[in-house]
Amino acid sequence: MQNSGIRVLFEGSNFERLLGGLLVTIEIAFISIIIGVVLGTIMGLLRTLNSRPLKAILRLYLEAFRIIPILVWLYVVHFGFSPLLGIDIDGEVTAILVFSLWGAAEIGDIVRGGLESLPRHQLESGKALGLGTRQLYRYILIPQAVRRMLPGAINLATRMVKTTSLVVLIGVIEVVKIGQQIIELGVIKAPTASFWVYGFIFILYFLVCYPLSRLSKRAERRWQN
Amino acid sequence: MTHPEEILLEIEGLEKSFGDRKVLEGINLQVGKGEVIVILGPSGCGKSTFLRCLNGLEPVQAGRIHYRSQDLAKPDVDFREVRQHIGMVFQNYELFPHMTVIENILLGPLKVQKRSRDEAQRQAEQLLERVGLLDRKDAYPRQLSGGQKQRIAIVRALCMNPEIMLFDEVTASLDPEMVREVLEVILGLAKQGMTMLIVTHEMGFARSVGDRIVFMDQGKICEISSPEQFFTSPSTERAQHFLDIFQYDKL
Amino acid sequence: MMVYIFGGRVGVHMQLNWEFMIESLPLYGAAMWLTFKLAFWGILFSLLIGLVFSVILYYKVKVVSSVILAYVELSRNTPLLVQLFFLYYGLPKVGVHLSETACAIIGLTFLGGSYMTEAFRSGIEAVGRTQIESGLSIGLSKVQLARYVILPQAFAISIPSLGANVIFLLKETSIVGAIALMDLMNVAKDLIGMYYKTAESLLLLVLAYLVMVLPLSLVLSWVERKVRYAEFGD
Repeated sequence: MQNSGIRVLFEGSNFERLLGGLLVTIEIAFISIIIGVVLGTIMGLLRTLNSRPLKAILRLYLEAFRIIPILVWLYVVHFGFSPLLGIDIDGEVTAILVFSLWGAAEIGDIVRGGLESLPRHQLESGKALGLGTRQLYRYILIPQAVRRMLPGAINLATRMVKTTSLVVLIGVIEVVKIGQQIIELGVIKAPTASFWVYGFIFILYFLVCYPLSRLSKRAERRWQN
Repeated sequence: MTHPEEILLEIEGLEKSFGDRKVLEGINLQVGKGEVIVILGPSGCGKSTFLRCLNGLEPVQAGRIHYRSQDLAKPDVDFREVRQHIGMVFQNYELFPHMTVIENILLGPLKVQKRSRDEAQRQAEQLLERVGLLDRKDAYPRQLSGGQKQRIAIVRALCMNPEIMLFDEVTASLDPEMVREVLEVILGLAKQGMTMLIVTHEMGFARSVGDRIVFMDQGKICEISSPEQFFTSPSTERAQHFLDIFQYDKL
Repeated sequence: MMVYIFGGRVGVHMQLNWEFMIESLPLYGAAMWLTFKLAFWGILFSLLIGLVFSVILYYKVKVVSSVILAYVELSRNTPLLVQLFFLYYGLPKVGVHLSETACAIIGLTFLGGSYMTEAFRSGIEAVGRTQIESGLSIGLSKVQLARYVILPQAFAISIPSLGANVIFLLKETSIVGAIALMDLMNVAKDLIGMYYKTAESLLLLVLAYLVMVLPLSLVLSWVERKVRYAEFGD
């Protein structure tokens, strides 16, 4: 009986379908990170400026994601915005919207932290060498800041890939949903399928996230001291 | 104290290496009861490592350390028991930052020696009184100066009623004006007949407190002599060279 | 909530049904209580696991340490949702039947245990080697060393990351609705489905989390400042 369960994974195109589903979540995470990095860099730079209201607003924006769970924001956009705007927003678009905004908030914090943690005397010794503003950024500020930010950014990517599993709850057809379909189809033929299918999805996520978190740890060891 | 009747600690052929690097080679030394031994030598000569071996903080590769009919160089020694008799004070005080002064001092007596709180507290307060810090007993380490912290660290070790005290460069991290208050405490201990092994860079202190000077270089003991002899006419060239460095007026 | 567009200007006109919101409060209250209970047990067990595992890792106990390290990686690199589905739908197929509540608490503990282990471990590693030697030099045993010297300091050092983990786990409880528990998410979803009171239901949902997480977040940032600077500013 257990054999028939594990066989479900390789029946027909099931294996490819599951991988395809995983790709959907990875795609959502990837696009969101790209958008998040662009928006977040701008927000991070804005947060280093000396504008109190700007700082407060952006801080509030970050805290909104730190305090309210991502799933709640997915629900707000999914159930709230579609009727509000009178259009049907696709689950994937909802997901990318929410994850991008979340990513922007977190990347913004990483960028701010990276810039603020640069020791002042680094800048001063750069100036003392006669470097101009652009050269200061090009040779001193940006290379050091990027090194400080990279581990945090990779770490965020790992969290984002894990969190994309939630999009099944707003109706996106991704790996968990495809898993459910496979289980339902095989309910009589392979009653133990859910053990194997969910076990397999568990391993799939691990295979994607583990290398990322290793990378983040390595970057941290190499660059953050 | 020049002719000790009773040998307390006897070290024979002690060898210690970190990987391929030999840090102690064939160390032989007898320490008599009540004797004060000052170990001098250039940085990296192995003097601190030597002290740490006596307290089981570093494993040794060969040799013997006789103490209380035990060999401390063997791997199966119960150092918990030994450390109650051989106290140690470190360069950076190492008080526990989350405990008050009195809690720091009482930790060993209460938890290791299982003594009664009343009795241990009485002794702790007497010792604190002696080093002039009784009024700071409820302070946290961060509220104390370096010299105060080091005096507390000495009291913490003393409150275990050790038979031997090891001092590992205990004034090296202190500001010059605080060195004296710590050295005076150690000098007082010497007068009371405490057996001590002291690693230091304070030459004047070494001369006044030591019964014997042990001069080490490159992991070996080069010479053992009385302070008088060592500081006036050392028998080895290396010791002479070492002393020259401290006597700027010869420049 | 209504959107009106005229004269090229876009505005959102709020028209909340207060009566409906007040009537729904008990439902949200019950769901918050459930979330709180699940989070409480999940966090408590996570802390216990983290404490025990980090000490085992610190003493490098053979075999057990490797198993713990493998668990930490598995737990940190997989989503809670998949962990819950595996527990709730997968395990019964091999004869392990767990209630929804048990699944939720086990899932949260499986996830949180690794985060707490890491938090405690980095705290322990931050206690200096010389502090340990100093403890040894007054004859403390391994257990006494952990109890009186290492853990109290490690705990204080870990407080910020432990706090962050507590908030993380509290937020993660929003996922347990996926295994049929009547939590906040499902209450909101049901109210939207039954009465079409979308804005009200979602607003209450956001407020419910705000009420649960915000005070905790404020307290923790206060504690963090307090502990960092008062106790060990040396």
